[in-house]
Amino acid sequence: MSGFGGFLLRRAVGTVITLLAISVIVYVVFYVTPGNVAQITCGPRCSPAQVHQVAEQLHLGDPLYVRYWHFLQGLFAGQDFSTGTSLEHCAAPCLGQSYQTGQQVLDIILGKLPVSLSLVLGGMVLWLALGVGTGVLSAWRRGRLSERVLTAITLAGTATPVFVIGLVLMIVVCGELQLLPFPEYVAFTDDPEQWAWNLLLPWLSLALIEAATFARLTRAAMLETLAEDHVRTFRAYGVGERAIVGRHALRGAFAPVIALNANNVGSAVGGAVLTETLFGLPGIGQELVHAVKVVDLPVVVGMVLVIAFFVVLANAVADVLYAVADRRVVLA
Amino acid sequence: MSLVEVTDLSVEFGALRAVDRLSFSLAEGGALALVGESGSGKSTVAGALLGLHRGTGARVGGTVRVAGTDVRAATEQELRRLRGAKAAMVFQDPLSSLDPYYAVGDQIAEVYRVHTRAGRRAARARAVEVLDRVGIPDAARRARSRPHEFSGGMRQRALIAMALACEPELLIADEPTTALDVTVQAQILDLLHSLRTETGMGLLLVTHDVGVAAESVEEVLVMRHGRAVEHGPVGTVLAAPRESYTRELLDAVPRVDARSTGSPATGEVVLEATGLRREFGRGKRAFAAVDDVSLTVRRGETLGVVGESGSGKTTLGRMLVGLLDPTAGRIRYAGEPHTGVNPAVQMVFQDPVSSLNPRRSVGESIADPLRARGEKGAGAEERIRGRVTELLERVGLEGAHYDRYPHEFSGGQRQRIGIARALAADPRVIVCDEPVSALDVTTQAQVVALLGELQRELGLALVFIAHDLAVVRQVSDRLAVMRRGRLVEYGPADEVYDSPREEYTRQLLAAVPALDPELAARRRAARRAPAAV
Repeated sequence: MSGFGGFLLRRAVGTVITLLAISVIVYVVFYVTPGNVAQITCGPRCSPAQVHQVAEQLHLGDPLYVRYWHFLQGLFAGQDFSTGTSLEHCAAPCLGQSYQTGQQVLDIILGKLPVSLSLVLGGMVLWLALGVGTGVLSAWRRGRLSERVLTAITLAGTATPVFVIGLVLMIVVCGELQLLPFPEYVAFTDDPEQWAWNLLLPWLSLALIEAATFARLTRAAMLETLAEDHVRTFRAYGVGERAIVGRHALRGAFAPVIALNANNVGSAVGGAVLTETLFGLPGIGQELVHAVKVVDLPVVVGMVLVIAFFVVLANAVADVLYAVADRRVVLA
Repeated sequence: MSLVEVTDLSVEFGALRAVDRLSFSLAEGGALALVGESGSGKSTVAGALLGLHRGTGARVGGTVRVAGTDVRAATEQELRRLRGAKAAMVFQDPLSSLDPYYAVGDQIAEVYRVHTRAGRRAARARAVEVLDRVGIPDAARRARSRPHEFSGGMRQRALIAMALACEPELLIADEPTTALDVTVQAQILDLLHSLRTETGMGLLLVTHDVGVAAESVEEVLVMRHGRAVEHGPVGTVLAAPRESYTRELLDAVPRVDARSTGSPATGEVVLEATGLRREFGRGKRAFAAVDDVSLTVRRGETLGVVGESGSGKTTLGRMLVGLLDPTAGRIRYAGEPHTGVNPAVQMVFQDPVSSLNPRRSVGESIADPLRARGEKGAGAEERIRGRVTELLERVGLEGAHYDRYPHEFSGGQRQRIGIARALAADPRVIVCDEPVSALDVTTQAQVVALLGELQRELGLALVFIAHDLAVVRQVSDRLAVMRRGRLVEYGPADEVYDSPREEYTRQLLAAVPALDPELAARRRAARRAPAAV
């Protein structure tokens, strides 16, 4: 098992290096821009004195690498912010402070994160069930009418925008049939049952869109495996078609599904803006759009870092799952 | 009643008739080999015995009865009860024939549970039992390994173990040793032999290698274009074939005991390697694929390099042509230090399919060395085309083939194209890395003859790398035997073959299948004797 331990260690080191590289890029993109960075950071309504203070906070007079070092130090060790009248400490991990609202960026994000994670993780369970299930069925019934119908439905799913699916669902389920309340976010910690009922439609519409990709991927990977020599072996040994599809072919679809899922989960944390907006869920995506609109630079930077963190984390988890599913990966 | 009864079997894939009105039978406990070149339909017959063509679009005619089951008339369920339980198949490529994601023992247990009402625990115990029977050391532990953790020979043993799990009456082995080294091949053939004597099961062996058939069966059926050419006891067919095709096939088989015809060359040394070493990997994982190899190649001679997989022969070949830099040691060409790629030293690769770009015409591929040499200016295109046409004709193809693509050619023709490409640069030395191992014996003989002809005409020096000792003997003036990156034995070919000095060379030579069944039986007894002590 030392091989597997070594693999985990290598993967962890790789993740940290990737995150550091992202922090450099994010810093350069947002803080090494033409124009008055301090003015942009502080916001359009800042007085010259405030702008001067921000410039000092950002160490704008220092060389680039020193400025980046302070940025990094802030992230890992925390830093102090002067609000003009008092000194506020921002504990590590400190993502900075919004000069427009005076709130700490981390607090803003932590307020929104449960919403986004609830939406994405619940959606993931549904889209995996729907997508992989449909894929398995259509691989099994390949060439028959039922497969063509399934393919058509999943294709329609990919092609329909979320605001159409979501709106139709809301009008039918909440409006006409009145089966569910119009979605409103209820925290899991407050009322788990209401949390689930309210999120059911957002999950479903997110899942309907993602499921199509998973169905097609699962089907393709399974058909590929079904054409392989080892499937022929088990057929030649009298193993039934159900076991061949369910055990041997499905296993071949694990790796691509894990990889795609990691990407989708990672990017949906900050990217499910349309779904969040449509159902009025105050998640990360919505907040990011708002912050960009009012040019609240520290919030934008903090959010981009957090979203990048989730994308990298999801991919690292995927790599480990990958290796558990297929031990040959560890050797590579 | 016979174990296998095939009458007027025909199998058609679209317009192609792969098997044409074939009839044969196999008595209980008997052993029959289907021998033929690629495309002769032998594997198709093997598949038809288990009804594997059902649902693939192939049209099957005639009757096939295996162990009391009428394969064509059987229901899906009856067919499943036949497959694996009464007749089990061992496939050619043991790596791709096992599921990479599951432990070997679990795969065997799965098959066992399909045919018996055994529980998980009992099925696993059975898997360990059969793995142990086929000679997997520490079977209980290795049953939990996945196929990639096994060596090629162990994988083939595992597949045979799977076949044994339900104690079938018939074992169908489709090229069971083709992917294996010669010493491992001998072990697998010995294993099949002892399993037969022990369990009394029948064996249907599909092989392109007449020697493998001679080692393993009592009866042979020679196939060509889907039809039976000759059928009879193995000794008779091999010793006194009645049909001309069988004779051709046997004549084309290279003999390991045939003396080389050429006389050792006395020409000047063109290529000289001293103390060659090549490492791969770094730190603790570093290993030397080639270690302290020194050799010379003279004008007009052929140096054969033999060794089993992993012996470093390909790495050596790549260093000789400058495709790989040695970690230590040096190579001199015509007395001058030789680094990087030199047009005078060319290479012919093993796989004629993947070593030609499928998206470019073969003429373009052959013209590459000419263009690389800087053929340009007025009339360059005509000169190149003229030269390529000449080269194509030189290797026995037509100049008009210039604009065709690789997939339009057969394996042997593709290898000729590879040779033409090597000749384009006017080389003095050609390193051939397994140039004929992907070819049928008759095609093999033609390509070998072509290389010999070119050598005599152009005074080429050849380095002929191969795992097949008989082919190497056919062409070589001198021989280098490699093992684990080192040169084990090096000298005139006849000397090494007739009176090998090293134990390893003797083992290699003893493992080459003999065309004479009686000699094969004696050798098998000799191989078993030390183990019995």
